[in-house]
Amino acid sequence: MSKAKEYKKTLFGPILDNNPIALQVLGVCSALAITTKLETALVMSLALTAVVAFSNLFISMLRHHIPSSVRIIIQMTIIASLVIVVDQILKAYSYEISKQLSVFVGLIITNCIVMGRAEGFAMKNPPMMSLLDGIGNGLGYSFVLIVIGVIKELFGFGTLLGYEILPLVQNGGWYQGNGLLILPFSSFMLIAGLIWVIRTIKPEQVEPKE
Amino acid sequence: MSAKKETFPKTVGIVVAVCLVCSIVVSGAAVGLRSLQQTNAALDKQSNILHAAGLLEQAKGDIAGTYDAKIERRFVDLNTGEYVDMPADYDMYKAAKVTDKSIKVENSNVGFQRRANVASVYLVKDDSGAVSRIVLPVHGSGLWNLMYGFLAVDNDGNTIRELIYYDQQETPGLGGEVQNPDWQAKWDGKKIYKDGEVAIAVKKNVAADNDYAVDALSGATLTSNGVQNTLDYWLGENGFGPYLNKQPWKS
Repeated sequence: MSKAKEYKKTLFGPILDNNPIALQVLGVCSALAITTKLETALVMSLALTAVVAFSNLFISMLRHHIPSSVRIIIQMTIIASLVIVVDQILKAYSYEISKQLSVFVGLIITNCIVMGRAEGFAMKNPPMMSLLDGIGNGLGYSFVLIVIGVIKELFGFGTLLGYEILPLVQNGGWYQGNGLLILPFSSFMLIAGLIWVIRTIKPEQVEPKE
Repeated sequence: MSAKKETFPKTVGIVVAVCLVCSIVVSGAAVGLRSLQQTNAALDKQSNILHAAGLLEQAKGDIAGTYDAKIERRFVDLNTGEYVDMPADYDMYKAAKVTDKSIKVENSNVGFQRRANVASVYLVKDDSGAVSRIVLPVHGSGLWNLMYGFLAVDNDGNTIRELIYYDQQETPGLGGEVQNPDWQAKWDGKKIYKDGEVAIAVKKNVAADNDYAVDALSGATLTSNGVQNTLDYWLGENGFGPYLNKQPWKS
């Protein structure tokens, strides 16, 4: 495989072929909780993509120097520092959204996608590939969050990013908002539905029967 | 994994180096962004005060402008209930930590040890400049931690308009419902004092015509008790009681 092709596969593979949420079923907790509005989903996607990209980059740069006995702690230290920086930036530039995201930005530290990519990819691959892999996995996570966020906000509140698309009955329109979709639990069904769709398109993702 | 990598001094060296770099980055971000964050926090506080003042809709996004035009901040000596002058950067929550600027809280389970001698109040002015509402900062412990809020009272010093909590860590969906607009709306029009005593109560099964009680939050008894303790303390004689009794905003 040529270099460019390999880069492309690392970058875009995680969106559909190897999606961290849909195939690896990682990072579901935050995906359930913050997808009620598209805006929070977008900001969360951005935050996670930044963290996973840079943690992959830095861990990959240090990979020959990290002693294997303390490697998880060093990974955690780097990830935690990045998350705090992201949290500080959000508080400075996007205070309202950072209040809505509340604990979930902090919980990026324990997001399995970040740890999984650091341990599984960045420790074995050069920095450039690791950075692309981080961005790719961030995009894969973002893809799921945005799809779910759009469905939930559009059919739950009749809005997208706060702009009215389907006028609600209580505002004099015709659309009756679906209250079920506003609950975090509906993300479960939507993520399950998304996994089903992806596996129907790409049957090779279906696990073999035991 | 070469054996060389695993020597003890090298491991310690790497750990120390990583920690140093990370701590510099983190503290750099925290210090560099602090002024922006403080501006945001101040704006957020102003918008909460406007919310308690009932002016948030009217402000239409111009928080700072509306705040400057309609709200006047004064300082009240809680012992006498009279206005006093304080520097503009006075913070009653910081003063509560200083021994000679605060007194010990006794005979109350409001949940904090000391309260400042001087409190901030926010006077809401109508177009003619007369005081229409008074916004009082209140805080007290809920189930998990202190809850900070603003209580808006009419200029009769007895009728509650709003109780807005802006900083709380109660359980979302249960105690966190103190921020639910439906519950906040229940406070509008309730009376505080009956025969000079604090009578407002948070309790179960409140009759619709009861002016002295608000329905407790279901599933959040301890948070509701916390709200009750907070109001008992801050509206009582150790809190804003003397101030609401003397009503110095009328003179």
